[in-house]
Order: sequence, then C-alpha cells, then structure tokens
Amino acid sequence: MELLLASSIGFLTAAGLYLVLRLRTFPVILGTSLLSYAVNIFLFASGRLVVNQPPILTDGVTSYTDPLPQALVLTAIVISFGMTAVVVMIAVSAYLSADDDHIDDRPGGLFDAGRDAGGEMGSDTARRNAGTEGKA
Amino acid sequence: MSLFLIVALPFLGALLPGLMIHAGRQSCAMATFFVTLAALIGLLTHVPAVMAGEVITARLDWLPGLGLNANFMLDGLGLLFGLMILGIGLLIITYARFYLSREDNMGEFFTYLLLFQGAMVGIVLCDNILMLLIFWELTSLSSFLLIGYWKHLPEGRQGARMALTVTGMGGLAMIGGMLLLGQIAGSYDLSVILESREAIQASPLYLPALILILLGCFTKSAQFPFHFWLPHAMAAPTPVSAYLHSATMVKAGIFLMARLWPVLSGTDAWFAIVTTAGLVTMVLGAVIGLFKNDLKALLAFSTVSHLGLITMLLGTGSAYGAMAAVFHIMNHATFKAALFMTAGIVDHEAHTRNIPSLGGLRKLMPVTFVIATVTALSMAGIPLLNGFLSKEMMLEQAAHTTLFDLPWLVPVLATVGALFSAAYSFRFIVHTFLGPVRDDYPSHPHDPGFGMWGPPALLACIVVAVGVAPFIAEPFVHVVTAAVLGGTAELPYGHLSIWHGVTPALKMSIVAVLGGALLLIAYAPLARAWDAAPRPEAKVIFDAVIAAAVRLARAVTEGLHNGSLTRYAAIFAVTVVAVGVHAWFTGTTPAMTREMIEMSPMTVAGWLLLTVATGFLVFVHRYRLVALVLMGVIGLMVSIGFNYLSAPDLALTQISVEVVTIILMLLALNFLPNTTPVESSLARRLRDGAIAAGAGLAVAALIYGILMRDFAVPSISDYHLANSYKGGGGTNVVNVILVDFRGFDTFGEIIVLGIAALIIYALTEALLSGPVRARLLNRKPDQPQAGDAHPLMMVVMTRVMLPVFLMVGVYIFLRGHNEPGGGFISGLVVAIAVVVQYMASGFSWADARQRYPYHGIIGAGVLVAGLTGIGAWYAGQPFLTSAFGYFRIPPMEKFELATAMGFDLGVFLAVVGAVMLSLHSFSRIARRSESSYSEHAMDIDPSRIDPLPGEEA
Repeated sequence: MELLLASSIGFLTAAGLYLVLRLRTFPVILGTSLLSYAVNIFLFASGRLVVNQPPILTDGVTSYTDPLPQALVLTAIVISFGMTAVVVMIAVSAYLSADDDHIDDRPGGLFDAGRDAGGEMGSDTARRNAGTEGKA
Repeated sequence: MSLFLIVALPFLGALLPGLMIHAGRQSCAMATFFVTLAALIGLLTHVPAVMAGEVITARLDWLPGLGLNANFMLDGLGLLFGLMILGIGLLIITYARFYLSREDNMGEFFTYLLLFQGAMVGIVLCDNILMLLIFWELTSLSSFLLIGYWKHLPEGRQGARMALTVTGMGGLAMIGGMLLLGQIAGSYDLSVILESREAIQASPLYLPALILILLGCFTKSAQFPFHFWLPHAMAAPTPVSAYLHSATMVKAGIFLMARLWPVLSGTDAWFAIVTTAGLVTMVLGAVIGLFKNDLKALLAFSTVSHLGLITMLLGTGSAYGAMAAVFHIMNHATFKAALFMTAGIVDHEAHTRNIPSLGGLRKLMPVTFVIATVTALSMAGIPLLNGFLSKEMMLEQAAHTTLFDLPWLVPVLATVGALFSAAYSFRFIVHTFLGPVRDDYPSHPHDPGFGMWGPPALLACIVVAVGVAPFIAEPFVHVVTAAVLGGTAELPYGHLSIWHGVTPALKMSIVAVLGGALLLIAYAPLARAWDAAPRPEAKVIFDAVIAAAVRLARAVTEGLHNGSLTRYAAIFAVTVVAVGVHAWFTGTTPAMTREMIEMSPMTVAGWLLLTVATGFLVFVHRYRLVALVLMGVIGLMVSIGFNYLSAPDLALTQISVEVVTIILMLLALNFLPNTTPVESSLARRLRDGAIAAGAGLAVAALIYGILMRDFAVPSISDYHLANSYKGGGGTNVVNVILVDFRGFDTFGEIIVLGIAALIIYALTEALLSGPVRARLLNRKPDQPQAGDAHPLMMVVMTRVMLPVFLMVGVYIFLRGHNEPGGGFISGLVVAIAVVVQYMASGFSWADARQRYPYHGIIGAGVLVAGLTGIGAWYAGQPFLTSAFGYFRIPPMEKFELATAMGFDLGVFLAVVGAVMLSLHSFSRIARRSESSYSEHAMDIDPSRIDPLPGEEA
C-alpha cells in the first residue's frame, strides 16, 4: 500500500511539474492543481497510513489514525480551491485583456514597451525560439 | 534619571521639531535644545556616582530567548561619550539655529539630528551587543539623512550614499563579528562579555570575530583603507560635519574599540592590525589634509588623521596608550568641533571656504580669528593648549612601541604624522586669517552674532583651561581609563602635566612643530609638486567598484530570474531536488521500522486508475476539455483514497471541492482557447520531462522513506485524541482540532479564503469596467450553443432537489462535531446546491432570487467565528476557548450544545460565501446582456424558432 501511495504522489508531482513548465496558462493551472493534490496527500501521509481506523472516538476502540495531518490537510484543500480560483481569474483576465495566454512576459520582461496586440503564431514561435536559444 | 529615559528622550523629542516648526524657527530650535538639555541633565545626575567608580545599570528582559535584552549601563567610558554627544549636541543646536538659512527646513534637520543623537546615546549606554547593533545601524541611517540633508546638491546625495554604503557594509560585517563574540561568550550582554577575556582570546573564532568587528569600527571611524567616505561626507551642512564628523559618529568606531578593549586587545593580531591601520591613517590623513584647499576637506582629513592616532594608541594594547587615547578623544572633540564651526562661520560670512580665495580675515573677523587660532594651535600641539598634552602622551607611547621588530618605525611615523598635523594647523590659521585684507571675497565677511561664535568660543575656553590646568581633567580621565581597562590592567601611574622634563616625546614634539612651520614656508612649491604627482582618486575607485557590483548583481538576477516563470520554476525544482538528494546521500537514515500494509486488488485498481489518468492527462493536456475530465477522475480517486485510508472528513471535503473546482475550470475554459498549441521544441520537452521525472522520483522516494519509518519524535496527536472528548466535547477528532484545538488557525484560514474570493470579485469588477467589457459583449461563441439553455427536466429536478440538498448540508453541519462532517464540508455542499440552481435555471433567474450579497455572507462568517471566540473572554478564558454542555428538551433525546458550533457556523458561512462569490464572479463575465431572462419557471418557448447549429440566422 505504501508503495502504491508513494508512487502515486511521485506520478502526480512529475505530471504537475511537467505541466507547470509549459508555456500557456491553462496547463500551468492544471499543473499546480496536480501539485496541490500531491502536496496534500504527502502531508496527509506524513501521519502514516492506517486502514479502517478513522479518528472518530468510539467506545471500545483504542487505536486511531493520526488526526492532526487530516485537520491540516482539510483546510489546505479548501484554501487551495481559493488559490486556484484566484490564479484562474488572473489567467482569464490576462487573456481577455491582452488576447495572449502565454505565461511569460516577452523578452526584456516588464520593461519591454514594444507589445503588439494579437498573438499570431508566427511571431510567437519566433519569440519562443529566441527565448530558448537565449537559455541554451 | 533612568538610563531608559536618557536614551528615549532624543527619540521621543524627535517628534517635536516637525511640529514646532509651525510655531517658528526659534520655537523649533528651543524645543530641540531643551530635549537635549533634559537628557544631558539626566546624565549629569549620575556623574557623582560614576566618578566614585560605580556602574549604573538599567535592565529589562525583552526577548531573553534570543539573548536580546534592553539593558543599559553607564560607566566612565559611557559617561565621557554621553557628555560629548549631548554637550556638543547642545552647542551644535545653538549654532545650527543661526547657521541654517530660511530656505532650509529646520524641523526636518532637527528631527534627523535628534534621531542621530538618540542612536549615538544608545550605542554608548547600551549593555547588550544586539541592541548596540540596532543603534549602530540607526546612526548609519540617520547620518545618511543628515549628510544628504541638502537634497538639491548632487555632492550631498553622492556623499550620503557613499557614507551609507561604506558604514553599512562595515555594519554588516560587525553583525557577524558581534554574533560570533556572543556565541563565544555565551551571552550577548556586554557586561558578561567583558568578563570573558580568556575564553574569547582562546577561542578559534577570536580572529574572525576580531576582523569582522574591526571592519565595522574602521569603516565607521574612517580608518585606512575606508577613510575616503569622510571627506565626501563634508557636503553636509557644517553643523552636521562638526557634530558627526568630529565629535560623535566617527568616534563610534573608536568607542567600540575602547569598549571591547578588555576582551579584544593584547593579542598579536589586535596589535598588528589596529596599530598599523592607525599609523597609516594618521600619516596619510595628515599628508593629504595639508594639500586640501577646501577648509572643511582640510579638517576632514585632519579628523581622519587624528582618528588614526587614537586607533594607533588603542592598538598598542598598553594601559598608558589607552589613557592617552581617552584623553585625546576628549581633546580632539573640543578643538575639532570648534574648528569645524569656525570653518562654517567663514563659509557663512565670506561665502567661500576655498583657502586660495581667503586670507586676511584677521582684521575683518577678529573674534573668529581668536577662536580659530586657539583651537588650531591646540590641534598643532602647542603647549598650554589641551592638544599638546595628549599629543605628548601619544609620542611618549609611540617612542616605546615596536612594530614589526623595527624600533624606529612607530616613533618616526608618529613624528611625521605630528609634523604634518602641525603644518596643516598652521596653514589653517595663516592662509585663512593672516596676510593682507583682500577685496575680492564673494561677500563682505564680518563676525557673526553671538549665537554662532558662542558655541566654538566655549569649546576654545575648555581647550585653554585643560591646557593650562590639566589637573582639572585628571580625575575624569582616570575614571574613563579605568572603564576602558576594565580591570585587565593597572591604571598607569602618573599625572597629566605640561612639563615632564626633557623626554624623547618633547624632542619629537619640537621636531614636529618646527618641521610643520618649515613645511608651511615651503608650501607653494610643495603644493605644485603634490598636484603634479599622480595619485588614486578614491571616488573613482569607489564608483567603479559599485558599478561592478551592480553589473554582477544584475547578471546573477537575470540569469536566475529574468521574468520567465517557466525558467524560475525549473531552476527552483532542480535546486530543491539537488539539495534533497545531497542531504539523502550525506545524512544518515534509521532502518525501516514499519510493516507494509498489504495491497488489495481494489487498491491496485484505484492506483491504476489514478496513474493512468495522470499519465493520460499529460499526454492529452493540449485538449483542454479532455484534460479537465481527467482531472475529475484524479480528484475522485484521491478522495476515494482518503476514505480508504481512514480519513472520511478529507474524502468528503475533497469530493465537494472537486465539484466546485471543475465548475470553476469549465467557466474559465469558456473564455480561454480550447487547445494548447505545440510551442516548445522536442529537446525542451525532453528536458522538462527529465526535470519532472527527477522531482517525482525524489518526492516518491522521500514519502516512501517516511512511510516505512515511525515518528522520529513523539507526535502531539495523542494529546488531541485523548482530550478531544474530554476537553472539546466531540468525538470527531479532526473537527474538534479544527474548531477547538487549532481554532485560531482555522479562523485565519477562513479569512484567507474570504480575501481570495474578494480578490476575484475585485478583478472581475476591474475587468468589466475596462475595455474588455466591449470585447466580451461582441464575443462570438466558438461552439454552437444549445437550443435549450435551461433544459426542462434539469430545471425541475434541481428545484425539487434544492431542499434535499440543503437538508443534507444541515445534517452534515450538525453531526460534524461527532461524526465526519462540519462547517467546511457542509459549506461546500450548500454552495454546490446553489451553484446547481445557477447552472440549471440560468444566472439571471438565480441571481434575482439571491437576497444576500456573497461578500456579506463571507463577512458574517468571519464575524460570527470571531464573536464566538470573543465570547470566551466573558467567561474569563482566552480567545476561542470552547465550552459545551448536554441538554434535554422533552420529547427529544439528550443532545449536546457546544460553543464550537457557533465557530463552525462562521466557517460554514465563510466557505459558502467565498465559493459562491468566486463562481458568481466568473459567471458575471460570461453574462452577455441584462435582459434575457424569463419570469416563468421554465423559459422554454416551443414556438421559438432556433437556427440550426452552424447555420446563420
């Protein structure tokens, strides 16, 4: 069971990180959601895995699972919804304002004044390639 | 007066000048004057006790866990500096009152001055090196403000920046040194550190601590090679130069060397570093000073030179040297502050302080001439003036000091320094005041009013009094020296006197004075040679170093974070994994202690679903709707997993959050493109895949390692399990933790959630009131629209279901304390129930029936939770303490009521409000026009003719 859980967290992290490294907003949002699944399960699992011992006090039962990580993760789940919603909102307003859902600024960052409206694929690709070369 | 009050007075008083300036310049100066006077009187009340050898202390444990205590102590050394800071401060305030012109904002000036004064008093009185560091940095900051006081002058701004950079860097080094010192001594209290001489000098950390602390002292006291900032700081108004750069701030480094003298001095390292730096500074400053044409620059380099002298004396590590240093600190403060003030008077009256444009002022400004002559001769070391006495002592000490095994080195260099010192002092008098009266001064010079010449005249009187009758200063010098020595050495025998007989020091002194006079006679050809000689310009070097540092910083920043989130995320992930892997392979891990839980076919099936969905999601993530469906699968599997692993509350929460998240994403996708284009190259995708796989592997290995081992330290969970029912009155431990044990956390979390929702609301408002609105209204849907936007069956169904939904919500809420459920989950369930109405019956229909604004619901939730917490105060309990009891109202069963339920209600309301406000905001963007909603329950109109999909109307 532990192996299954650990590998699930690994898969979620890897998939989440891969999507976070994409260039458009929507995959990045999906990626952060996957990462928050991974983190939430990770935190939850730090209380160690127990089957069929929910932390509901019952007469005659002496062993329970660790309730503390559960309480922490419960609020984390709700808050991660709030944060996802904010990020999604920012992504939508950025796209609606600039008609461009790239995650990064153009080369030159915030100080680049030459922003042309309309993200034609041609110019976008050229720009991306330039950016990739710069990094290599 | 309490030491606390003495330190606090200038800081509190700093509030006054800004207010009093509205009552006039006189009132402003008076307020500042009396604040300083009050502090000075407070200090004077302690003089008898300190002179009797007592140490006055005031202790207040502030953060004892960190060793940061607000402790102050007053001994001889602190008293000397305190008197100098406050006494000369009084004179400077009087002088500045008349020096500043009407255009200068006097309130601002005096505010800075008092801040600086308070910081200085703090340094010299505090008994905790952490506090000392704070005051130390405060002097750097306040002197930055004072040096740059004339903001319109570029030299002022540049000088201020340079001073801040150099002293600030030194301050950083000193923080390191002081922390090391505190670590060695085991306490940050100065009084404890001063008693740990052996432990500190034996420690291997002694040398690093010494070097770091000396860096701080040398930068502050303008010792070579950090001397260059002081002349540039002369762009400040003259009162600032007289105050900061003669008497106080530049002496802070000297003070600290004297303060730590008992623990740091006496080693070879101390002797070599401090004496050498002092000697070099003394000679270099004196030589450069002679050839400066600006009166204040001349005085600045002379200050550098004299600070070098004092440093050199402290460096010798002998008790006699320490006494000479103490005496010279006093004498230098008196004559140098007076000299700066006379230079300011000349500048003020003649409108220039360029020596070649001056001369012959003796007849025009007789009073100023007398003061300048007396004090400058004292600086030159002429008998019957106080400068002579301490210079004799310095030469005496130098004659007995051997550096680098060369017995002649120190005496010769000290004589050369004294010689040049005499030369520039003579030059100050001769070239400014003597000679014929000129007719080309920029202004008509004449003596200023008493307010300006009074303060330097008073100092000149002290110069003469101490010079003629040194025995009046002797008891005080002895007390201060005893404080510097701190019991590590005997107080040197001998009296301060003018005549010691024909000693080597006297011969050296005669050589210096005569040589100085000769140098001045040969000044003109020497100055030509000096000007012709190439020498490094400190400012150019400094600017080049700063520019290089900026380039380096920019290169590093742009290499790491050039505005590309992708690059930043990649660097971050790789770094974290690398650090983790390093820790894994270098650290030790205990053996695995836990048995693995057996996997059943069901769990394997769930695992397969999850991993396949995840893999498939990455594969098809370009088709965004499909990706969203797969996200739903993953979320569902996660919640089932929670349920299987004994976390029913988490399962309920996850599944309901999943629903609202997917709705949210669908709403967002309504506006975003439906597909993601292929943009990155194959190499790049492989690189990202490698990073992602590495991180995934690392995380999996880490959690597997954790899962197979027991807790390293006992968990606090047992406490929660044991006290959940007894103390919190609930059997669902998770819920009791949320609303009771960690209620404060939860309270903060619902506030965060509310803020997130409000951000979304605000962004929507901004978006809809901008140019985007027109674009949204003109937007053509990219997919054919359904003919029945609100299908009959769905509308009927959801409306019938609404009460059932709400009842489930209430049920989950009520049972939350004892069974899985609670405010969070029921909030989500109720929010879903309402969202369903929006989806089925349309935004307008639902919105028209929604009577309470969602922000109000969030606010009400936070308020209810907060008020419940406050309720505990009335029972004399801390915030959020819960109470519960069991009641029976016939014919019902016995039931429990807990105040935690009120808190949970707050959580419930906040969650409902936050979720609804987020989704509602998104829907508002989608809403195209105000009109299209029908009063009828079902807005299907059979007679309506819809165009077929894809066909234009």
